[in-house]
Amino acid sequence: MALIARRILPGYGLTLGITLAFLSSIVLVPLAALFLKAAGLGPSDWARILTSPRTLAAFRLTFGASAAAAGVSTVFGLLIAWVLVRYRFPGRRILDAMVDLPFALPTAVAGITLAQLYGPRGWMGQVLQALGIQGAYSPFGVFIALTFISFPFVVRTVQPVLEDLQPDAEEAAATLGANRLVTFRRILLPTLFPALLTGFTLAFARAIGEYGSVVFISGNLPFKTEILPLLIIGQLEQFHYSAAAVIAASMLLVSFTLLFLINLLQRRLVARSH
Amino acid sequence: MSLRPVTSESLPVRIVLIACAVGFLGLFLLVPLGLVFVEALRRGGSVFLAALTDRHALSAIRLTLFAAAIAVPLNTLFGIAAAWLITKFRFKGRTWLLALIDLPFAVSPVIAGLVWALIFGAQGWLGPWLAEHDIRIIFAVPGIVLATLFVTFPFVARELIPVMEMQGTDEEEAALTLGAGGWQIFRRVTLPNIRWGLLYGVLLCNARAMGEFGAVSVVSGHIRGKTNTLPLHIEVLYNEYQFSAAFAAATLLALLALLTLGLKSLLELRLGSHSSIRH
Repeated sequence: MALIARRILPGYGLTLGITLAFLSSIVLVPLAALFLKAAGLGPSDWARILTSPRTLAAFRLTFGASAAAAGVSTVFGLLIAWVLVRYRFPGRRILDAMVDLPFALPTAVAGITLAQLYGPRGWMGQVLQALGIQGAYSPFGVFIALTFISFPFVVRTVQPVLEDLQPDAEEAAATLGANRLVTFRRILLPTLFPALLTGFTLAFARAIGEYGSVVFISGNLPFKTEILPLLIIGQLEQFHYSAAAVIAASMLLVSFTLLFLINLLQRRLVARSH
Repeated sequence: MSLRPVTSESLPVRIVLIACAVGFLGLFLLVPLGLVFVEALRRGGSVFLAALTDRHALSAIRLTLFAAAIAVPLNTLFGIAAAWLITKFRFKGRTWLLALIDLPFAVSPVIAGLVWALIFGAQGWLGPWLAEHDIRIIFAVPGIVLATLFVTFPFVARELIPVMEMQGTDEEEAALTLGAGGWQIFRRVTLPNIRWGLLYGVLLCNARAMGEFGAVSVVSGHIRGKTNTLPLHIEVLYNEYQFSAAFAAATLLALLALLTLGLKSLLELRLGSHSSIRH
C-alpha cells in the first residue's frame, strides 16, 4: 500500500517512460553491445588479447599511474580543502572557484598545455630536466596529467565535510592536552577518512578512463607510455573491433569491481562510526 | 597580543600550509591556464586572429555548437523526467535506477565512443544494413552527436535530483488538491523552485558537450571541415606542429571554461550551497 500511496502526483508513467527510453537507448543498449561483442570471442582469444605484453604493460601503466595520481591527489586535496576552509588569506575565494578548472577545461586543452609545459622546452620540463627527471613522454608525464584532472574530486568531497565539522571534539582534545598534530591524527583524520576514501575513489575512477589530457603529454610509446584507452583506439584503427571490445570490457569490469569494493569498505566504515 | 584559539594552528604552520596549497594550485591551475593564452599570442595578434577565422576552425566551431544544441536539450529533457520520477515517487528498483543514471561517469570517454562504433560502424551490428541504405553514422555527424549524448547523459539529472529531493512534494500535492494538472504543477510550482539548479545542470552539461574529446575522437574520423569538432581541430593543429594556431583555438574553450566557472560561482550564491562540477 505504501508504494501506491506515494504515487499521488501525476506523471509517473510519463517520466518512467522517458527515463527508461533514454537510459536504454543511450547507455544500456550500447554498453550491452560492447559486452556482447566481447563475449563473441572465446576464452582463448580473451587470454591471448589480455596477456599480450603490450596489453599487460598498458594495464599496469593505467592502473598504476591512476593509483599514484589518486593517492597524491588525496594528500594535496586534503591540504587544499583544509586551507580553503580553515584559513583566511587574500585570493582564497578565487582559488576556491578555480579548483573546478580541471572539471571545466576540455581535456584536449589541458592535454596540449601540459605537454607544452612539461615538454623538453617547457618551463616545468626544463626545471625537471635539471633535476634529472623527464617530464613529458614518460610515465611521470602520465602521472602529472592524471593528477591534474583528479585532485579536484578530493577537494570537493572533503571540503563540505570539513565545513560541517563542529569544533567540540577538537576543543575537548585540546583540553585534554593533545597538541594539534595529535588532534589531527586521532580526531580529524578518522572523521575525514570516509570522505577521503570517496574522493580517492572518484579520482581513481576518473583517472583510469582519462584520455584527452594524457595522450599529448604521454608520447604514446607502446610498452612504455601507452594507456589502455589509447590501446583501444589503436585496435579500432586496425579494424580489430573484437579486440577493442575485449580490452574495453575487461577495463570496465576491473574498474567496476574496484569501485564496488571501495564502496563496500566505505559502507562498513560509515556503519561502524554511527 | 591576541590568544590563538585551541582549535587553530600556530602562525608559521598556517603560513607553510597555505604556501603549499597555493603553490600546488598555482602550478596545476594558474600556470597551465596562463600558458594557453601566452602560447596563443606568442606569434602576435594577427596569427591569433587568422587561426580563429580559418575556414576549418569556423566549421569546427559550427559542428561543436550543433552537437551541443542537440545533446544538451535532449539530456535536459531526460534530466527533468528522471529527477521527477526519482524524487516524486517511491518504487522498486529506484536505487538501481539512480546507479544506472550515473553509469556514464564511470565509463572511459573512449569506450563511450567505441560502443557506437560497435553498433553503427562498418563492422558493427547494423553496419551492413546502414551501408545498403547509404546512411553514415560513424565518421559522420550523427556519431558525434551520439557520443556527446552518452558522455553528458547524467549531468542535468545529477544536479536536479538533490535539489528536488530537498524540496519534497508538499507544494506539488497542495497544487494538486487545488485542482492543478500535471503540466501546470510542473510549470507553476516545481520549475520556479528548481530553476537555478536546472540552469546549473544545463551549464555543466553544455561545458562538457562542447569540450568532449575522447568519445568524439573515436567516432569522428577527423575529416577536416566535416567531422572535426573544436577539440579535435585543436588536436589536428597540435599534431601538425601548428602550436600557435592550436593554442589560439584552445583559448576559445579555455574562455568557455572560465565563463562556466564564473556563472557557477554566481549560481552558488543563488543556491546558497557549495556544489561542484563533478566528472
